[in-house]
Amino acid sequence: MHAVTDKPPGWLGRSVERLEDAALLTGAGRFVDDIAPPPGTLAAAILRSPRAHARIGAIAIDAARRLPGVAAILTGADVAAMSAPLAAGIKAPLECWPIAIDRARYVGEPVAVVVASDRYIAEDALDLIAVSYEPLPAVVDPIAAMQPTATLLHDKLGANIASDRSFCYGDPAAQFAAAATRIAVSVRYPRNSCTPIETYGVIAEYAASDDAYDVTANFMGPLSMHPVMARALRVPGNRLRLRTPPDSGGSFGVKQGLVPYIVLIALAARLAGRPVKWIEDRLEHLSASVSATNRVTKLAAAVDADGRVRALDWDQIEDVGAHLRAPEPAALYRMHGNLTGAYDIRHVCVRNRVVLTNKTPSGLNRGFGGPQVYFALERLMQRIARELGLDPLDVIRRNLVPTGAFPYRTATGGLLDSGDYAGAIERAVAQGTLAELRARRVNARGQGRLYGIGYAAVVEPSISNMGYITTVLTAQERARAGPKNGAFATATVAFDPLGCVSVQIASTPQGQGHRTVAAQVVADVFGLAPADVRVLGELDTARDAWSIASGNYSSRFAGAVAGAVHLAAQRLAAKLKRAAATQLNVAPDDVVFAGARAQARDNRDNAMAFSRLAAATHWSPGLMDAGDHALRETVFWTPPELAAPSDADAVNSSLCHGFIFDFCGIEIDRVTGAVRVDKYVTMHDCGRVLHPGMVAGQITGGFAHALGAALYEEFAYAPDGSFLSGTFADYLVPTAMEIPQPLMLHMETPSPFTPLGAKGVGEGNCMSTPVCIANAAADALGVDQVELPLLPARLAAHFHPREEFPKGTTAATAVAIGARQGDGAMTLHGRGVVEIARVPQDVWAMLLDAKTLAAIIPGAGAIEKLSETHFRVDVTLGVGPVRGDGHALVL
Amino acid sequence: MKPARFDYIRAETLAEAHAALAAHGGEARVLAGGQTLLPMLSMRLARPGVLVDIMRLHEIARYGIERDVIRVGAGVRQAQLQKMFELDKVQPLLAKALPWVGHAQTRARGTVCGSIAHADPSAELPLVLVALGGEVELSSARHRRKVAGEEFFTGPLSTARADDELVEAVTFPSRRPGYGYAFREFARRHGDFAIVACAAVARTDGARLAIGGVGDRPVAREFAQADRTSLTEALDAFSWELDARDDAHASAAYRRALVRQIGHAVIMEAEQCRV
Repeated sequence: MHAVTDKPPGWLGRSVERLEDAALLTGAGRFVDDIAPPPGTLAAAILRSPRAHARIGAIAIDAARRLPGVAAILTGADVAAMSAPLAAGIKAPLECWPIAIDRARYVGEPVAVVVASDRYIAEDALDLIAVSYEPLPAVVDPIAAMQPTATLLHDKLGANIASDRSFCYGDPAAQFAAAATRIAVSVRYPRNSCTPIETYGVIAEYAASDDAYDVTANFMGPLSMHPVMARALRVPGNRLRLRTPPDSGGSFGVKQGLVPYIVLIALAARLAGRPVKWIEDRLEHLSASVSATNRVTKLAAAVDADGRVRALDWDQIEDVGAHLRAPEPAALYRMHGNLTGAYDIRHVCVRNRVVLTNKTPSGLNRGFGGPQVYFALERLMQRIARELGLDPLDVIRRNLVPTGAFPYRTATGGLLDSGDYAGAIERAVAQGTLAELRARRVNARGQGRLYGIGYAAVVEPSISNMGYITTVLTAQERARAGPKNGAFATATVAFDPLGCVSVQIASTPQGQGHRTVAAQVVADVFGLAPADVRVLGELDTARDAWSIASGNYSSRFAGAVAGAVHLAAQRLAAKLKRAAATQLNVAPDDVVFAGARAQARDNRDNAMAFSRLAAATHWSPGLMDAGDHALRETVFWTPPELAAPSDADAVNSSLCHGFIFDFCGIEIDRVTGAVRVDKYVTMHDCGRVLHPGMVAGQITGGFAHALGAALYEEFAYAPDGSFLSGTFADYLVPTAMEIPQPLMLHMETPSPFTPLGAKGVGEGNCMSTPVCIANAAADALGVDQVELPLLPARLAAHFHPREEFPKGTTAATAVAIGARQGDGAMTLHGRGVVEIARVPQDVWAMLLDAKTLAAIIPGAGAIEKLSETHFRVDVTLGVGPVRGDGHALVL
Repeated sequence: MKPARFDYIRAETLAEAHAALAAHGGEARVLAGGQTLLPMLSMRLARPGVLVDIMRLHEIARYGIERDVIRVGAGVRQAQLQKMFELDKVQPLLAKALPWVGHAQTRARGTVCGSIAHADPSAELPLVLVALGGEVELSSARHRRKVAGEEFFTGPLSTARADDELVEAVTFPSRRPGYGYAFREFARRHGDFAIVACAAVARTDGARLAIGGVGDRPVAREFAQADRTSLTEALDAFSWELDARDDAHASAAYRRALVRQIGHAVIMEAEQCRV
């Protein structure tokens, strides 16, 4: 079990040069904004709600409509008349539209779309639209949103809880009664996103002659959203042609969120009678693309005195924002089969609630559900160690799924395919020199420094079961709807008449290098070089093989798609061998491929070039033996292990489960509270490694995103629902200056369930790293509670001396001269209202653009003109590079 | 993120720039490096009717030592000043602070005077100007005048510049014998606007400490040569006077704590740097 897979001869397992890079490095990539749109294409701009919650009265569009260059303006009324709501994954009286209809429920929600001859004019027109908002109370905290008195987001639902399900596996109640102790954590996971460099882009066209839409978008799938969009557009599936561009500038799940915008822009094209293009800008992206869910979790364990966990009790409250957009609440159920993480825990109960708040709707994001689950689970393991006076690593070791127990069926129905968790940890401890790190901690603490070590053991699921989301339904509801399960991966491999190989995949790559790995796979089967194989990554739903599971998510490429490529290539190879066998007069099994030739195993001179063989099948099929000789194979592959949820709600939510063990040493600056990651070790077992360079790239990128989540990034909202993270000066993404290089270690236990033995590796550090760093911070400070992101100001509050008011002042006067926040309490967002009679000229000039200010600056709420010289301004602090305005206006 | 419509005037002479500013007044904005102005235009936070581009004016694209100051013209980019020969000897505080101004990419475009004219309360160059007691040279079709840095900054993004005036140059006093200089800043990421920035100038008889990122403009205080206890008390009083605010990145109490601790450290460091 400990053995690293022997490297097979061939291209797989080698870091071959990426086929994608020449174009990308020379500026020849073809992203959605590089594609020449059809002649006559118009530009769209979207008017967005500055209010977190308001009834929408009149929308006055006449002035905008009169602006030269404006072709059409789409509002909620048009969308309601032309389309249907986007279908949701659960049965609840909720309507999800791509635009606000009569009511805005989050800052940034589309209110109108202007279509004009160019984007400048479209944005000019936005300024001329007057929307009458009747403010409603907003609710941003999921716990507050659950209260019976909370303002309702969706009146028909009658509450803000869209789903409330409880599950029980084994006999957790008995275990809690019998265990020595009950240890619990209560944690909040913040909102964040992986913010791809390239934003959303859509080019949509409507052909009235066919009643058909043709859309090009940098959508990443899953293609289960295709029927959702076709239904929303009220056309049959075959009248929505969806295409993706060859290149996409990153996605990390986020480009699943294009769904409402594809519908919206398609409708705008229909209304305008012309093709319409919309490229999302960064302000739009941050406020209204998609966000990971924030989650409030209470997790309790029934624990023996030695730290052995007998049972878990999960209570998860998932905040999906203002709408339940498909495939949500998937983030809450993706991890359902592996809620016990890397541990052998047989008794689990779970309560899952899905809550609506006045925030951007949530959706796919790297790690999808994993960061939230593991933050609770691995904080709990550290808490157990702390309360029982044990070493946290010993608590982890004591609870691991035993080596040799694989495939291991978890209490909640997951099937952990392969692994050697204990072995991986021992290797990481040795190769990552944990002993030396512990000595460093002793030394640092001896000098009075704040130094901590954190651990995290994580099972990384990949290749989602398309049926896992139906776990949110009851068994009866599932029975009515019909079973959902599996995960179709598709690939097509073909020989052209010159004997050259082409491959088409439906994995909508977003920069990872899928084309290179597919070429490696095929090159190995046919004895070619990867550069001989042409791989198309762009998808056209009208022409290509695809299924609802197609797309780029749940780290499914290496395990599922590369596997489907392998199967298609093998099938084609068998055909080619049969054709060659006749010509070479040997048995098919004695045909081997080398140098673009088929040759007899024992006599390499008895050979025939691929070009001859392929030409024969194309030019003279009538001369060949009976049977199918066409040299084109399309494989649809789905693994039998991905069964539908059982009547008892057990679900194998993912096909593969990689293993990660991380540990790190961090130091917290005694003055500023800033965290410095001193050393980070991450051990991965992702099954068979197909391309070591890309695996390292995935780990490096995932680590960078996770470091952002741990230390910097948060979509913050003020209590009134104002959005506080509207620019990259407020939403802080770590740069090369902030990201240390982790030590990456590997071992390989191939998956028995995938054609190539590979598993996913793209998301694991987003699950392991935030909690590993949080555990280290808790260790450094010796505290129970740490909150992400680890803001220096929050950490410093633990050790900054208590502030005394200056001599000669009372508390009241000190606060008056100093600041206006409650002392000691970390109220990070100031807010207030002030009437301004006279302000300096510069600020005055900006105020005259009050409407724009309110619409664009996160934090700026209502700006009301009382008279020519009096404005009433309602501003929330935190506006990045222009935050001086906020300072000027806020008292 | 597309700017509203504006007119663009590329001044070929200083007189043309002055004339354009005189003609358009508050409707005009001077375009220099554009590192702040262009994003503000794109976000439609600023909507000037006219942009007056001054980057073709060779007469204000110079910098150099003039008597006991470094005079930096309006066309000089931050990266140019950073590469000035022996800047660390001519004015150590500038040499220490410039690497904290944005990023290498923005310094390559952004100008020194542009940063001063923009008057962000968290920006490093206004802080250095106040710490050193430098001056701003304003010119217009009407007149020329000099304003001390401390009087130039009147609030966040607000200055004493009149609508028709151009910040033609700024002057930073050169290093003086017996003086020591130190600079420290804390931001969440390198290159971000400071949560707290501290610049200190130590003399034989005391020190001057300027703080950025906390008040509505950079603020300087004189600290007499004093024992540690009274310095601590004086810094504490200063931290309260700065009128710190809460925001998404840091609380007011946290900012005061950093003013006290980093302020103290930076005065000590400047003291040790005295030569």
